[in-house]
Amino acid sequence: MIAILDYGVGNLMSIHNMFNKIGVDSVITSDVEEIRNADKYLLSGVGSFDHGINSLKSASFFKTLEKEVLDKKKPILGICLGMQLLTNSSEEGKEKGLGWIDAQTIRFDLDNKKLSIPHMGWSKVSIVNTNNIFRNLEENRFYFVHSYHVFCNDESNELATANYGKIFTCSINEDNIYGVQFHPEKSHKFGMKLLKNFEGI
Amino acid sequence: MVQKRVIPCLLLHKGGLYKTEKFGKPTYIGDPINAIKIFNDKEVDELIFLDIDASSQKKDPNYKLIEDIASECFMPLCYGGGIKSVDQMKKVYSLGVEKISLSSQAVLNPYLIKEAANLFGNQSVIVTVDIKKDFWGKRKVFINNGKKNTKIDPLEFVMIVEDLGAGEIVINSVDNDGVMNGFDVDLLKEIKTNTTVPITALGEAGNIEHIIEAFDVAKVNAVACGSMFVYQGRLKGVLISYPAFNEFKNQ
Repeated sequence: MIAILDYGVGNLMSIHNMFNKIGVDSVITSDVEEIRNADKYLLSGVGSFDHGINSLKSASFFKTLEKEVLDKKKPILGICLGMQLLTNSSEEGKEKGLGWIDAQTIRFDLDNKKLSIPHMGWSKVSIVNTNNIFRNLEENRFYFVHSYHVFCNDESNELATANYGKIFTCSINEDNIYGVQFHPEKSHKFGMKLLKNFEGI
Repeated sequence: MVQKRVIPCLLLHKGGLYKTEKFGKPTYIGDPINAIKIFNDKEVDELIFLDIDASSQKKDPNYKLIEDIASECFMPLCYGGGIKSVDQMKKVYSLGVEKISLSSQAVLNPYLIKEAANLFGNQSVIVTVDIKKDFWGKRKVFINNGKKNTKIDPLEFVMIVEDLGAGEIVINSVDNDGVMNGFDVDLLKEIKTNTTVPITALGEAGNIEHIIEAFDVAKVNAVACGSMFVYQGRLKGVLISYPAFNEFKNQ
């Protein structure tokens, strides 16, 4: 059972819909017991960084989640803002991130007038470090919507990059902790494959 | 680089899918859920659903239909029609829709854009601007399904809604609706050079060349069309189609 963490931020139903479509058990929940018993976690989110991290840290399940992920090493996948929350900090806000992966969230270069911000649309993703989550996904395109992106302090945490005015990191990993900037739940068969891969980890 | 998006725009009317011509003459196309299944198979970039009854009949959005649509949509989904409050928006987002388009309300209550952008994030709030030429041939912003001239200048309005926090702006040319003559490239170009948010051209592409022109000349970020994806041939037989992904790959 994958627990889709409900902390009042973001569009969780579309992830639940895609898990249903590919036959993976999932539940949208903020229940401490349900979260303790889950095998894996999905941390999604949209909106601002500070609002996201404050909402997550003040959720009643937060201590439980921390324990299950950091001590028991249960896999967690952060999507979009959910991935950015895994990092140390964001230029979007003042609050500290979870710091579960040694990275920062930074803004796209606004001086480049040719680029519309947010970066909205489909991009091909290049896999830079082999990992099961991208298994059989060499051919791909994923849907992105974001104004900030992640920068890893340690290259070994980088799983994949994409190109928007420059090459940026779009997927990160440290042990049982995963993040993707794009939206697998909105990326047709490529997203289905990635979520299925996550279930199989 | 990011691929340009090509978006089928589907109109909901009496619970079914319809196509209009210059905002009138609704013609039945088919069942929305069937259409989505076809668009899923064709791996379309995104879908826009606009309910043309909700605003004019002062109704609430049809939540059940939106829920059914969202549960089958494995691509980005934008809904518009009958939205007047953040409470309604909250409900629509919770059903699995990630973008909501405001149109008449963006003119009547621009503060809603700001309020929604703060609550749900800019990328979730789309403003669709209906533009029509007035008696003197000047382009103006129209509301109420193209019936009411607000006398507002389109470029001025676009810059205001961008400032209020719209994450994407859809430029809909009412004069071109359903006539498949291509886009108002001059206007799109002017808007594009004066904004930084993504601009989508909605109107009527009759063929791939029209789409390429909007991308290459007007530099828009996305193109949305109705007729081209639901009609086939000169006699406009109903056939849902979508250009193969390859045709846009190098644009």
